[in-house]
Amino acid sequence: MKAPLSWLKDYVDIDVTAEELQNKLFGCGFEVEELINIGKDISGVVVGEVTECEPVEGTHLSVCKADCGDKGIFQICCGADNVKKGIKVPCALVGATVYATGKDHTTLEGVMTIKKGKLRGIQSDGMLCSGAELGVNGDMFDGGDYCGLLILPSDSENGADVKPLLGLDDYIFDIGVTANRPDCQSILGIAREVAAVLGKNIRLPDFSYKAVKGNYENIKITNTAPELCQRYIGHYVKDVKIAPSPLWLRKKLALCGLRSINNIVDITNFVLLEMGQPMHAFDLRTLDGREIVVRRAENGEKITTLDGNEFELNRENLVICDKDKPVALAGVMGGLDSEIKNGTDEVLFEAAKFARDNVRKTARALGQHSDSSALFEKGVNEYTTENALKRALNLIDALNCGTVTDLHIDVTTEYSNLEEKNMTVNVGKINSLLGIEVPAKKMQSILESLNFKVSSNGGELNLTVPRYREDIDDYPDIAEEIIRLYGYEHIKGTFLPYASITNGGFNDEQKAENKLKNLLAGKGLYEISTYSFYSPKDLDMLRFPEDSEERKAIKILNPISEDLSIMRTTLAPSMVNVIVRNLRRGNMDGSLFEIAKIYVPKELPIKNFPEEKQHICIGTWGLLHNFYSIKGVTENIASSLNTKFGYERSEKPFLHPGKTAKIICDGEEIGYLGALAPTVSNELALDRPVFIAELDYEKLKKHTKPFRYSPLPKFTEFTRDIALSCDAQTACADIEKEIYSACKYVTNVKLFDVYVGAQLGAGKKSMAFKLTFTPKDEPIDSRIDDFVKKILNNLKRNMNIELR
Amino acid sequence: MDVNEKIKIIEEQAEKAVNEAESSKSLLELKTRFLGKAGEISSLMKNMRDVPPEERPSLGKILNALRQRVEERFDMLESKLKELELKKKYSEEKIDVTAPGLAKPDGAYHPNTLIRNELISIFSGMGFEIFEGPEIENDYYNFTALNTPKDHPARDMQDTFYLAEDLLLRTQTSAGQIRVMENKKPPIKILSPGKVYRSDDDATHSPMFSQMEGLVVDKGITLCDLKGMLDEFAKKIFGENVKTRLRPSYFPFTEPSVEVDVSCFECGGKGCRLCKGTGWIEVLGAGMVNRRVLEGCNIDPDEYTGFAFGMGIERIAMLKYGINNMKLLFEGDTRFLKQFKD
Repeated sequence: MKAPLSWLKDYVDIDVTAEELQNKLFGCGFEVEELINIGKDISGVVVGEVTECEPVEGTHLSVCKADCGDKGIFQICCGADNVKKGIKVPCALVGATVYATGKDHTTLEGVMTIKKGKLRGIQSDGMLCSGAELGVNGDMFDGGDYCGLLILPSDSENGADVKPLLGLDDYIFDIGVTANRPDCQSILGIAREVAAVLGKNIRLPDFSYKAVKGNYENIKITNTAPELCQRYIGHYVKDVKIAPSPLWLRKKLALCGLRSINNIVDITNFVLLEMGQPMHAFDLRTLDGREIVVRRAENGEKITTLDGNEFELNRENLVICDKDKPVALAGVMGGLDSEIKNGTDEVLFEAAKFARDNVRKTARALGQHSDSSALFEKGVNEYTTENALKRALNLIDALNCGTVTDLHIDVTTEYSNLEEKNMTVNVGKINSLLGIEVPAKKMQSILESLNFKVSSNGGELNLTVPRYREDIDDYPDIAEEIIRLYGYEHIKGTFLPYASITNGGFNDEQKAENKLKNLLAGKGLYEISTYSFYSPKDLDMLRFPEDSEERKAIKILNPISEDLSIMRTTLAPSMVNVIVRNLRRGNMDGSLFEIAKIYVPKELPIKNFPEEKQHICIGTWGLLHNFYSIKGVTENIASSLNTKFGYERSEKPFLHPGKTAKIICDGEEIGYLGALAPTVSNELALDRPVFIAELDYEKLKKHTKPFRYSPLPKFTEFTRDIALSCDAQTACADIEKEIYSACKYVTNVKLFDVYVGAQLGAGKKSMAFKLTFTPKDEPIDSRIDDFVKKILNNLKRNMNIELR
Repeated sequence: MDVNEKIKIIEEQAEKAVNEAESSKSLLELKTRFLGKAGEISSLMKNMRDVPPEERPSLGKILNALRQRVEERFDMLESKLKELELKKKYSEEKIDVTAPGLAKPDGAYHPNTLIRNELISIFSGMGFEIFEGPEIENDYYNFTALNTPKDHPARDMQDTFYLAEDLLLRTQTSAGQIRVMENKKPPIKILSPGKVYRSDDDATHSPMFSQMEGLVVDKGITLCDLKGMLDEFAKKIFGENVKTRLRPSYFPFTEPSVEVDVSCFECGGKGCRLCKGTGWIEVLGAGMVNRRVLEGCNIDPDEYTGFAFGMGIERIAMLKYGINNMKLLFEGDTRFLKQFKD
């Protein structure tokens, strides 16, 4: 919301600086996001009277003397075609800053400092300026658009700073208005707050107008969609004379960044800025049947808006129509045909309240946004709707550009809000919400400064809420009004003196997750966090077949882009992408983990809450890593959960078929691990091995076993190393199983060496195991040799494996 | 040659040998030469036979004294040699103590986890329980129950990702608070951390980020209590001298609503680049729980009041660790991750 200081001063006597006002507004909930000093680049420019002016022969230049009052008289060379003796112009003294302009004398090319110099050998101590050089256009000062000198009024005082004269001492407050205060999306709304915060009275704009009774054809207005248009007011103005607007009006529009069009359009734009009520003016000649119908558009109905865009509409769009056709997209933009033109001589003004969500939906669906739709989306109030129309009529009078008739058609509906709201609040309750004691008298004066009508009744305040404050609903809203003007610095911290004691902390699940993260970080892995959504292309990258579970992903209906369009069903693609990024940045090895959710729909497209399941994903890459190093991490996880994982050869579309295992816990498959398939690595141009593991943490949680102390063995444990010669394809897990079943005293079997060599014979390998024997109730020293013998016998008999 | 002369010569030779001895090995040879069974002193002893019997005792004494003197010299030499040899050994065994150790990689939590855990430990000490709601929510929990009906302009404040007509990615962890209040009666003190999603993607916004929301509902809770609790939070997370400032704001589910700034912990409030010269840094939004929200959860707003606050975990992490680009948090670059060793 942009509010010029000079405009605010029309309604409030502001006796503080712009910076002070900025701070005060900040304190009461209106953050000035930017304070723009419109003349900040201009300095050292004063009124100069041209007292001598002689053309320099053979050039376009004139050598002038400029009388700058107490600043002195300067000789200045000037090339402007309108320079002549006797005029008063802006004179930039040596050291002044003004805008440099291009060859067209209009395009600004930065700020320049005026220096003493010579033009064609003639001394020139300053510069006589055009409007453009001071950043002033024709809407801000008459003659501001002229390519020559800007002529100042003849009664200007020589030597006086030109900035106040040209309005360059003005400030624009760019204010962030919170969504609950649509009434402050206007200069007047901000002025009301300024008055409250400065403790000043507000001068309301003039809403009066003179209605002329006359002989004219009636105009009919029908509203068939009251749920989308709560209020529609029309007023007929005849004898309209389209003309340019006066300077004061053009200047106000210019300060807010709007272009002047003609008096009628400018009036609607002025009211939009001043009151926050979008208005529309229809050229009555174009309304067939001299009739307005507010209705939902028919499916397929078309409109061309005044910017020339054509839209196909549907039942969700509200349109303003004449007898036959849409003439405006309600609240968004008028139609091209009913636009005010030079020959327009009768006008129907519209001020209406449209449903904010409908305007928002229409503007979004059509991609057609305007100042008007922005205001309707935030919400206008009917107090303003009524007054805005009056204000427009007042301006018709003031500009003398038409005859205001008494044809005023106000279509109210069951959704209209015509009454003032009364409420009673309890002073004690307000104070007990705030936690401080604000005196009732103070509350009253604050509320009155905000235009509430207040009467005090014991501990209660009877309030009449200003009609534009549709946000006020209950006593906490009043508490907020009071504290924001009383000052938040009065709120002093207390520490729940009356609250009950509660028992806080992590629950068991959160503790378990922290423990897991702690384990993984302790093992040298770094935690990552990646987006919960990715692209179907990420699933393509990992070659998931079309019918795989991973493809059953929830789609985002309105994604930012295809890259972030489906909810993930596996963490692996995110991990692979992070690894690829690391490798491309030269991070040649690493180990990462992520614990995050995957989203499993119960049906597609989804209708019910899907399952959100936590997964653990581990990724390692680089020459320091191999299959067994990542398997070591999953073994660490099993151990920390006090359980054991089994591993079986398996396949995944993106993993090396010879280096992939599924992970099994208590008979349930809970994940996989493996090396990224060379086909995938090649496609991604990765020159380092990559390993991925992913575990279903929800399943895993169920297999977690609580720790219990088991008594230490009474007798010493023994270890024996055995090296076995076996078939090259023999799986370690099978040997382990055989050893365990051969001897109940074996409590650990650990492979510590694998060797393949010529002397073993073709197709053979040697595997060396360390066996741990744990005694139970009696020492086993003497029996170890027998145990080993039995183990070897069983291995020979059942697996044809021999001691090496 | 006279015995005394021989003794003198032996002593001189021994002295010379001691001075020249260079290693334990030569010492052993010297010991054998002078003190051994066939050594010089022993052979003098053997010559006792040639001495008149009356002189034998005194000669014996002299020779024994000689042996003792030589032994002492050799002992001294021995300890000196040992010391030298140890020195030499140590010198040979010297390693480059400045060469790197064989440390395992550090491993680390993501900065978000660090902040999350720090926040949880601060607030759980004040009696807050942790509740994590679903990330996929329906319209009711994410908006309607939080006093944000369909036509409400506040819905524009947060662009929402929709998954179905009534299913969406939650835009705020506040959604979870409703689930808690529906199932638990006051006193309530919960903290709900989690991921939230908004349709924003630029230098300062990420379509996914994390929030931490706090909720207290009990009898007699005031705005001053909110301020007091946030003062504690600010001190613990940003430093003892950090102050908080409340200023009016708007959230549909709180009334009054406030933005909470902390005094700049970088410059102490004097104004610097971090606080953009204002001395204050915006860290979170908060307010007194809206009566309609309590009513919707069947909590009597005339009996109970409460406050809620919500902050962006990434924002706190970026402020606390001086991270200048939010994207870094989601890229997984190991050079970034390795820096977080809290």
